[in-house]
Amino acid sequence: MAALYEGYTLCGLVPGQTLTNSGIQGIEAERDSDHVVVTDSTRSVTLYKVSDQKPLSSWTVKQGQTLTCPAVYNSQTEEYVVVSDNKVIRIWKDEDILLDKAFKATVSSDVWRVHCLPGGEPVVLFQRGAVRLLDSLLSAPQQPIEEVLAQEEAIRWSTNIVADSQQFVIFTTEQKGDSFLYLHRLNPNTLQRYRLEREEPGLSPLSFSASYRDKHICLLYLYPNGHVYQSVVSVRGLGGDEGAQALPLPRSLLLGLPVGEGLLEAASAQLLDEAHVAVVGVPHPSAGAGKDFLCIWNTNFQTLQAGKEMAGKIYGQLWTFSNKLFIPHGKTLSVIPYECPKSSLASALGKLNNGFINISVNVIIYGFFSLLTQRTNRKTQSAPSLTVDQVLDFTKTAPVEEVQREVEGLLSRADIQDLQPLVGQLASMLVSRSLADPAFYTPSTLAQLVHTQSLCHSVCPDLVLLALERRDFFLCQLCLQFFPDIPEAVTCACLKAFISMPDTEAEKLSLEPDSVSFMETLIARERAPVGLQNGFSSTSTDQDCSDALGGGGRVVIKTGEEDKEKSSTPPEPICPVGLHKAVLLNEVLLTAYSDTFLLPHLKDLSSQHVVLFLQYLQFLYLKYSQDASPQMHGLRSPSLTQIMDWVCMVLDAHFTVLVMTPEAKGLLVNLHSFVKSQVRLVSELGKIEGSLQELNKMKVKKDVGQYSIEIIELF
Amino acid sequence: MGEFKVHRVRFFDYMPSAIRAMAFNSHTERLALVRADGALEIFNFADHYFQEKVIPGQDGRAVEALCWVGQRLFSAGLNGEITEYDLENLRPRYTVEAYGGPIWTIGSNKQGTLLMVGCEDGTVKMFEILKERIQFQRNLERQKGRIVSLSWHPSGTLIAAGMMDMIRIFNAETGHATHRMLVERGVGASKSREVVVWSVAFLSDYTIISGDSAGKVQIWDGLTGTLVRTHLVTKWDVLCLSVSQDESSLIAGTSEGTVVQFQFISSTVDQQEEEWVRTRTFKNHSHDVRALAHTETAVVSGGMDTQLVVRPLLDKVEKNTQESAMRKIALPHRSLVCCAKKAGLLLFQFPDHLEVWRVGESDGHGKPGDSLPVKRKPEKLIQLKGKGGDHIYSSALSPCGEWLAYSTVSSVRLYRLQYNNISITKVSKLPKDLCLGHQLCFSSDSTKLFASSRHSSVIVVALNQLECKYLHTLKPKSGSRQPVHLLCTSEDGKWLATANTDCEIHVYDLHKRKLHCTVPIYSSCPTAIAIHPTTSHLVVVHADQQIFEYSLVQKEYTEWSRKLQKQGLHSLWLERDTPVTHVTFSLKNPAHIILHDMFMFCIIDQSLPLPESKTLLYNQMTLRSLPEQERIRHSHAFKICKNFKHVMCVSLLEDHSLVVAAEPVLHYLSEVSKRAQTTLSQFAGQYIHVMGL
Repeated sequence: MAALYEGYTLCGLVPGQTLTNSGIQGIEAERDSDHVVVTDSTRSVTLYKVSDQKPLSSWTVKQGQTLTCPAVYNSQTEEYVVVSDNKVIRIWKDEDILLDKAFKATVSSDVWRVHCLPGGEPVVLFQRGAVRLLDSLLSAPQQPIEEVLAQEEAIRWSTNIVADSQQFVIFTTEQKGDSFLYLHRLNPNTLQRYRLEREEPGLSPLSFSASYRDKHICLLYLYPNGHVYQSVVSVRGLGGDEGAQALPLPRSLLLGLPVGEGLLEAASAQLLDEAHVAVVGVPHPSAGAGKDFLCIWNTNFQTLQAGKEMAGKIYGQLWTFSNKLFIPHGKTLSVIPYECPKSSLASALGKLNNGFINISVNVIIYGFFSLLTQRTNRKTQSAPSLTVDQVLDFTKTAPVEEVQREVEGLLSRADIQDLQPLVGQLASMLVSRSLADPAFYTPSTLAQLVHTQSLCHSVCPDLVLLALERRDFFLCQLCLQFFPDIPEAVTCACLKAFISMPDTEAEKLSLEPDSVSFMETLIARERAPVGLQNGFSSTSTDQDCSDALGGGGRVVIKTGEEDKEKSSTPPEPICPVGLHKAVLLNEVLLTAYSDTFLLPHLKDLSSQHVVLFLQYLQFLYLKYSQDASPQMHGLRSPSLTQIMDWVCMVLDAHFTVLVMTPEAKGLLVNLHSFVKSQVRLVSELGKIEGSLQELNKMKVKKDVGQYSIEIIELF
Repeated sequence: MGEFKVHRVRFFDYMPSAIRAMAFNSHTERLALVRADGALEIFNFADHYFQEKVIPGQDGRAVEALCWVGQRLFSAGLNGEITEYDLENLRPRYTVEAYGGPIWTIGSNKQGTLLMVGCEDGTVKMFEILKERIQFQRNLERQKGRIVSLSWHPSGTLIAAGMMDMIRIFNAETGHATHRMLVERGVGASKSREVVVWSVAFLSDYTIISGDSAGKVQIWDGLTGTLVRTHLVTKWDVLCLSVSQDESSLIAGTSEGTVVQFQFISSTVDQQEEEWVRTRTFKNHSHDVRALAHTETAVVSGGMDTQLVVRPLLDKVEKNTQESAMRKIALPHRSLVCCAKKAGLLLFQFPDHLEVWRVGESDGHGKPGDSLPVKRKPEKLIQLKGKGGDHIYSSALSPCGEWLAYSTVSSVRLYRLQYNNISITKVSKLPKDLCLGHQLCFSSDSTKLFASSRHSSVIVVALNQLECKYLHTLKPKSGSRQPVHLLCTSEDGKWLATANTDCEIHVYDLHKRKLHCTVPIYSSCPTAIAIHPTTSHLVVVHADQQIFEYSLVQKEYTEWSRKLQKQGLHSLWLERDTPVTHVTFSLKNPAHIILHDMFMFCIIDQSLPLPESKTLLYNQMTLRSLPEQERIRHSHAFKICKNFKHVMCVSLLEDHSLVVAAEPVLHYLSEVSKRAQTTLSQFAGQYIHVMGL
């Protein structure tokens, strides 16, 4: 779970004349993670040591001059670079005291920004869109600068990024309500222009943030209506048709943030890592309409991870360096350390069913990400290696046996680095081919792929449904077992398929041996003489329900045949479904789910199936009650709570139907007697508690006695 | 061995007071400790942590800080006074008013020439330490706000002062403040509350360490006045700090009951530069840790829960030895219960009052393990409140139960008791010489009172119905200046033995009124002495658990004692960590010596063989399970009974029944908790009072 820690003040702010301006033009990283250069909106540049909250040095330009771009630090030459009055580039070192005596160069066109990444060369971006390396610019300061942008086009935001030792300048522009993204690669110089999809008319992005990962540049932007979009651009595809036409830039909605009343005015979103976004100036979803919050959102699960109220006005500015957020608010610039550990789905969602397999959530993140990239960039998608490509191509056409052999061979090669994406691609390919071609199906290969545990439902959403369609229940079982993210609808579809399957068919299946052996022992086990769990004993409830048992299900047999026998030995429950069917049903019981999503799908079951399922659940419950600990084997087996949860859910979903169904009557009465026995148990426990407390009191009384005469014997 | 009727007494609800401050003297290895009631205790860490001296407190004297200067000990408190203690006569030597309001802290320079105190009015006052007294020298530049903590740089040139919301550095020569370091307040609701810098430490490399009420331990650069590092160690207060002598380790006590250790080490293996890294956390207290001392090998801590805990650092001591065992010192190492054997009365000594109880009676008989029906309940006969605000140092009840004496630092009082129609009369005319009584003791026929006085002398006073007359003073020849801490007479009235903290034991012949002999000096301090009623052998138990028996007639160690020394005591006996505080004998069986420590009582049967090193020392359970004939083969001289916890007294009455005064532990713990709450509110009240709110 991401967290925001207690912040501290770096410096005070001198807000500009207008209250909308924080007075800070920019913050840039300096030599290490603990130093930053802060440029104010007028005349001075200050170097801070962050952990000490102390300015180390400060430089100012003369009265009348203004700084027009944030100062940057060139770590290679240990120099600072800043631009004053749009055209004068100034360069100085730490030991220079006066900025006026430092190096100056006047260029022929207005500069928008100077960018410099640690280890990279400083790059100058001109207001009209031209880009120059600082060194080459300074060799001839008065060189002519071309105009890249159209007449009414103006730069809104810019940054630079180093990707695979190539430097990119990225900037966005606005022209008559349209937004464009420019990707300028240096050495060799190429320029690509993209058109951002239009949001509601009149809305243009409030803030941008860019990052580079997996050979893609990822751009994140926030609109005043609270929508946060992500666009992904491949670095490789650049350079084909240079600058000719603005390509449409596909986008995906990452977050829809609550905006409260009206639109956002001063807000900013910054990417923290692949799954987390820091947002400032947006209301906290549970704290009214005030917009002075700093929040961290998880984009994978769209959950709020941490939030913090910032005192004073928010200017919509936010910077992040080495796990610290820098945020000007009110009259201070605060530094807020944060942490975004790799999260698990469980901690993000809050609910964890204990059948959940602990696969790192990476799988899911990859799933999302690969889907995104597939969707947005099919064109630029490329396979990691040639041989894999071959196999992929091969799977598209080759007959079943050969595909099986090839995939097996591929998987057995230990040298494949990123197995995860490969497995995903293979599985999707096989599934789509199987769906398209009814004659093609590779059960063993698919099972093998699932067994790698690198797959999840999101990567290959059609796999489970395909398995159901082909009645490959072994594969279904594996999917239920290994996929952490099966949607409730699919779970329900599986349940439906399993329960409606004839037992004869089920017995022919070969299933996962562990789960089968668990069911075998459960069904075959001799009833333990003692050790009833949860106090339920059928003996005590026989009198209550003996008349109802006759009408009901197949669960309770030997109904009232012999009173004597009944009172001495409770009837042995018999499993209402076959062994293999039970194994499959157990697998359903073990999946993770959320009640609200499962309930509507459960309603699809027919009443006949519901009764059978309930009978099975009742059988499990009885077995569990009779034996103190059937789960001791370490085999995959549902827990008692899981069984009870399912009973409750099925009853909730089909309450009216069950009441009306005559066959269900006995079952309901039986379940009712469960509840009764539980209630009785609780009341008995209450009584015992009372007596125990009384005992305790007596004991204490004896102990606290102030005086006693005792006989002791020493030997 | 047989059955005993035991009066199990749990109504002595003695509670030690919370620990407020401590100071460790590494030269003498003495720990000085002061409690909330003002009582001062001196522990000798070189001699099994024995509590060798106690100076009782006084009503309304709250000591906040302690400071050793060489062998001299100074304290200061919220009453605004500086006190030097007279550790030979066990009383305050003199008191000097500082005139700066309540004093929060005291410290001295390394040279031991100057003493400084931090006052409520914002002044740091310097006192010159003269031979016999201290003299005010000057004030440092006065600050706004109280001075809560002080630390002198070892060079003597700079002084760091912890205040409200800040730390000041003073130039010790000019007295001017040179730096002001602001300490950040706590977060959330406590943002509006001033942060109190409870403790500062100035290291020789000019690093300043501070602990404050916002739960931070901060490392500062004292030369530039900048913050180097902040360690948030608790949600509540960091109340005290202590730095090891070599400045490589630092401990901080918190109000959560934890002690956090920091060490000056390089944080990663390949890194050359060393820094203060948080290393260990000890949780040995249930409540606030108010006082800490970092000895060379151990962390010593104390606080609200009244226990003194010595936690050896396992990197400094050999593992799995007695040295590496943690010690908790919960009860005083001296007897607070006096038993009048003939009358069946018990005298309980509390800091500010005394209680006399009569034990109950039962005429029933029972099997071992039974509780007998109580025919007559025990009753509290007298509760005597101490006079004048001085707390009680020592008390005694005569064997007949008719005389009661107690002493404070300033006086000795004697009372006559009558029981048929309960009355208590103060003996008004006491001899002038009887003004000091570190230890009091009555002769067995109740005709004489012995009171130990200055320089290990003993004053003998004769008592009868009409008057109380000074007889003479017994003086040792050794010229020791240490006080007597143990005093006992023989049953026949012939002998009187004294033991002092120089480890000397003197035996006087009361008939000849002169020194009879001096027992050869053993290196460890005696913790209990007694003279056998029939054989006149003196039994001495020392802090290192050794037992000696010395024949007063032959003036030499007895055969049994030699045998014991030759064979050596059982290792489990030597490993016990509480001293034996009382020795007594059985009249019925002269071979029996009865002694006890905090966790057990033991009857040593001198007629039985001593336990070999391989035999089971605690063998009562085994013996119980054996048939009668076989027991004799397995039994040995040490019969140890561990049925009782927190044993304060084991005594044999005239009817041969044992009296065991023990505290129920549960009762004790809940009492600590309850008291911690009331003290907390008192503490708050006191501080509010001090702040003038």
